[in-house]
Amino acid sequence: MSSYRLSKGGRIDRTKPLDFTFDGKPMQGFTGDTLASALLANGRQLVGRSFKYHRPRGILTAGAAEPNALVTIGEGGRTEANTRATLVELYRGLTAKSQNRWPSVDFDLGAVNSLLSPFLGAGFYYKTFMWPAAFWEKVYEPIIRKAAGLGRATYQPDPDSYEKCWAHCDLLVIGAGPSGLAAALTAGRAGARVILADEGFEPGGSLLSETAPVGGKSAADLLTKTLSELADLPNVRIFSRTTVFGWYDGNVFGAVESVQKNTATVDPNRPVERIWRIAAREAILASGAEERPLVFGGNDIPGVMMAGAMRSYLNRQAIAPGKSTVIFTNDASGYATAADLEAAGLNIAAIVDSRPDAARTWSGRARILPSAVVVDANGGKNLKGVTVLNGGRTETIEADALGMSGGWSPIIHLACHRGAKPVWSDAKAAFLAPERQEGLTIAGAAAGIGSVEACLADGAGKAVSVLQPLGFSNATAAFATATDTATVSKPLWRIPGSKGKAFVDYQNDVHLKDLGLAVSEGYGHVELAKRYTTNGMATDQGKLSNINAIGILAEARKVSPADVGTTTFRPFYTPLSFGALTGASRGKHFQPVRKSPLHDWAKKNGAVFVETGLWYRSSWFPKTGETTWRESVDREVLNVRENAGICDVSTLGKIEIFGKDAAEFLNRVYCNAFLKLPIGKARYGLMLREDGMIYDDGTTSRLGETHFFMTTTTAYAAGVMNHLEFCAQALWPDLDVQFSSSTDQWAQIAVAGPKSRLILQTLVDEDISDAAFPFLGAKEVSLCGGKLTGRLFRISFSGELAYELAVPAGYGEAIADAIMEAGAPHGICPYGVEALGVMRIEKGHVTHSEINGTVIPSDLGFAKMVSTTKPDFIGKAMLSREGMTAEDRLSLVGVKPLDPSTTFKTGSHILADGATPSLDNDQGYVSSSCYSPNLGSTIGLALVKHGPKRHGEHVTVWNDLKNEYTKAVLCSPVFFDPENGKLHG
Amino acid sequence: MASLIACPHCGPRPKEEFTVRGDAGITRPAPDAGEDAWYAYVYLRDNPRGRHKEHWHHTSGCRRWLVVERDTMTHAIYKVTDASAPGETA
Repeated sequence: MSSYRLSKGGRIDRTKPLDFTFDGKPMQGFTGDTLASALLANGRQLVGRSFKYHRPRGILTAGAAEPNALVTIGEGGRTEANTRATLVELYRGLTAKSQNRWPSVDFDLGAVNSLLSPFLGAGFYYKTFMWPAAFWEKVYEPIIRKAAGLGRATYQPDPDSYEKCWAHCDLLVIGAGPSGLAAALTAGRAGARVILADEGFEPGGSLLSETAPVGGKSAADLLTKTLSELADLPNVRIFSRTTVFGWYDGNVFGAVESVQKNTATVDPNRPVERIWRIAAREAILASGAEERPLVFGGNDIPGVMMAGAMRSYLNRQAIAPGKSTVIFTNDASGYATAADLEAAGLNIAAIVDSRPDAARTWSGRARILPSAVVVDANGGKNLKGVTVLNGGRTETIEADALGMSGGWSPIIHLACHRGAKPVWSDAKAAFLAPERQEGLTIAGAAAGIGSVEACLADGAGKAVSVLQPLGFSNATAAFATATDTATVSKPLWRIPGSKGKAFVDYQNDVHLKDLGLAVSEGYGHVELAKRYTTNGMATDQGKLSNINAIGILAEARKVSPADVGTTTFRPFYTPLSFGALTGASRGKHFQPVRKSPLHDWAKKNGAVFVETGLWYRSSWFPKTGETTWRESVDREVLNVRENAGICDVSTLGKIEIFGKDAAEFLNRVYCNAFLKLPIGKARYGLMLREDGMIYDDGTTSRLGETHFFMTTTTAYAAGVMNHLEFCAQALWPDLDVQFSSSTDQWAQIAVAGPKSRLILQTLVDEDISDAAFPFLGAKEVSLCGGKLTGRLFRISFSGELAYELAVPAGYGEAIADAIMEAGAPHGICPYGVEALGVMRIEKGHVTHSEINGTVIPSDLGFAKMVSTTKPDFIGKAMLSREGMTAEDRLSLVGVKPLDPSTTFKTGSHILADGATPSLDNDQGYVSSSCYSPNLGSTIGLALVKHGPKRHGEHVTVWNDLKNEYTKAVLCSPVFFDPENGKLHG
Repeated sequence: MASLIACPHCGPRPKEEFTVRGDAGITRPAPDAGEDAWYAYVYLRDNPRGRHKEHWHHTSGCRRWLVVERDTMTHAIYKVTDASAPGETA
């Protein structure tokens, strides 16, 4: 059926037909069609079912406010639900499906809800389904969700890509209608950097469907001429298919550009959508106005349409609304539509005008019924006719199309995104936003201006006024000033006397009576009425319905719309896809992966990796035949203690510190002394927070008079760097000290075990005997006969004779290979962070399991490290607080099961022997635990009240998760080699 | 979503490059200033409506600590200074 498409006219290209399907049925449209216009051309008025009552619904608008024509576009992973057919640019191969219907949009079983409508009024959720309470989640909600609703999202991954970028301009113009074009042209001619953004695929706004002459010339010619001049200006960028969705701090605007949403053959090398963040020095909001529906019975029957939309479809896509059209209006817009329909040879059955005298200028053929209203539209899936109340007389008029206009509401959403409140204007019969806010000026119909000439003048004039303060003193208005010839009618909020349901919010099935009910039940406040009736919710957020709802609430409350006010406008102006918001942050791109310079070395040695933050660290290195991780870890631990092991410690944070005050600076950020650390020595340092708690630990070495090398824990590397910078810049800017993070520059390798010196000496050119290079030595060394310079530290986390060797990252793998080769005859093995952990627990060395933000140095046995002579350091003042010196602070202690065949887990609580678990009986908790192959038992570190005084005491270790009780004994936290004989070996 | 901070070293940059620390109107007391002064410095913070000075770190930029004076209600930024500038040190 193609009788709805006129044989001539419109802006479509009849030489370029496009095949598409709707609910599986093949259809054809043309380039220049939207999906909505193509459906109309194919005689498809019924395109969806309503949210609650499943009433048949047709296409109501030709733009972003469309509440009915929500369809699902695409297949598989490209499925996109709730797409407004009015904004979808038609393309070859498009597949669209209707929503919220079963089995089909023409025959929908859910329509039985219409019969239940007396029970489905406003607030029905709150009044029914109340009992039993447990039924809500399990029974009622799933049923309601299934019956009421929108389209379904796909579970398949989206195959397309998205991106985000920034744009900068002197002037952002939002909307390419008459005022936007005038503003852009004015600014473009003045040499300003201009971005002109418009949601449509063709710029022009209302000019695209304007037939009346503008300033004595054709609107179409004016548009062509303006666009071609703008295209020739290199400083003007036109973003079509781009919706500016939000106005944010710093005059930054969010916009989404549809890059490839208009094709079935997506180029994988380009995004389908792009989010722009536009930093604009000034912006002009030229978003136009929205035509208001009239609220009468059956105003949702397919065939009823906004008069302006009807005009747009006629003039842009050559669509006839029907064979016989009734216009119902209280505004000039209805007459403009009627005139164009007649000019196209279409029949107007009548023009019903609620005003007594508005028809004076009408020169068309159609008869006018003044002071008359449509009380009911009649029909089911299609409009059959209308019932008109004309001077107390009822008349029925046959018609298959009805164009309605209740006047225009400026689209001011964006101007209210940063807190401005719309103000009701009686003169304009509209809510207006402040015309000028810092950085944003409203122009044209969005500012309440009616005629096209006046919009052009307003856009041009406002561009001049915002550009001059920016230094474009040459800016001249591209259009002459003009008087607004449009008249404003008194709004007609509702038509009394309707038999059928008169819808206010089409998308949420809110009708007139629902709003009355809200007022009578005490929910008349605009924000309460929204929640009580759902008016203004869901995907369109009341773009079409809110102003009528406010007018109706005002009438019911017998106040002015000014007293009712609006609900709050928030971004986003229109719905955004999750894909666009996510941008490139998907899958592997969600966050970076950090690999150690020794990652490949570990991999080829068979490492099992563990994710620690962004890092991948080698966890253990299983050998053939080993079936459990414990077998590998036990072997690695025993081998390090017996022979030697090599471990990648490159993930530790590394910071180079320079400056003549570097030593003084370190003295202030560590609680222990650093001022007199000799060159060539490393020292373990404790860094406190200002509240006295330990922040981080690590070794810092003095490589020169003014050069230190700090290591931090892996987790706190970035935090410590920020902290040092804060201290140096904000606290003590007088100190001469600089930092550079070198975590990624060094591959750092721990070589531990009794044979470590033997092995390393084959690579290190200098003498590293105990005499030449004792414990805590730190120096630059020559490696492999002078081929490479590295840094060698004699430090130990395992308690063994041990070294850490740092080499430039690129040499890491080669040096690790060389160490493995030199160590092979001595039985060296690679070990991972699990074995590292076992050995540090055996030695009672702490990590962030113990340094958990609640401990001070004395809690961990570090009381003597805290300097008593330094005048100041971070954390000093708060360390002497009352609670910090309390006797019963949780303090570090070792714990092991009495029976080595029993075990306990980290996180278990310590109770006095035989005590029942309670808050009062809680004595502390296990902070770290492991199986020690050297002791043949589980061992743990714990933070326990009076810990150090309780060595030898029997306790109960209680695991609430598994309700396990383990008999255990408290002991020294140093389980292995307490004399440190091996360390100095 | 987006706002810009005019770093005195790098120019206007997106706020995602910065990390906020908090009140810059407080000054680290002398070590012997007493418990009350230290308690106030470590724990007590005003939550003003309107003008407020805060420390922001240009973490993904020049890595300087800055004092940003902004309006907590309108989010307008009045002034951005390097934290080491005379009169700004904490």
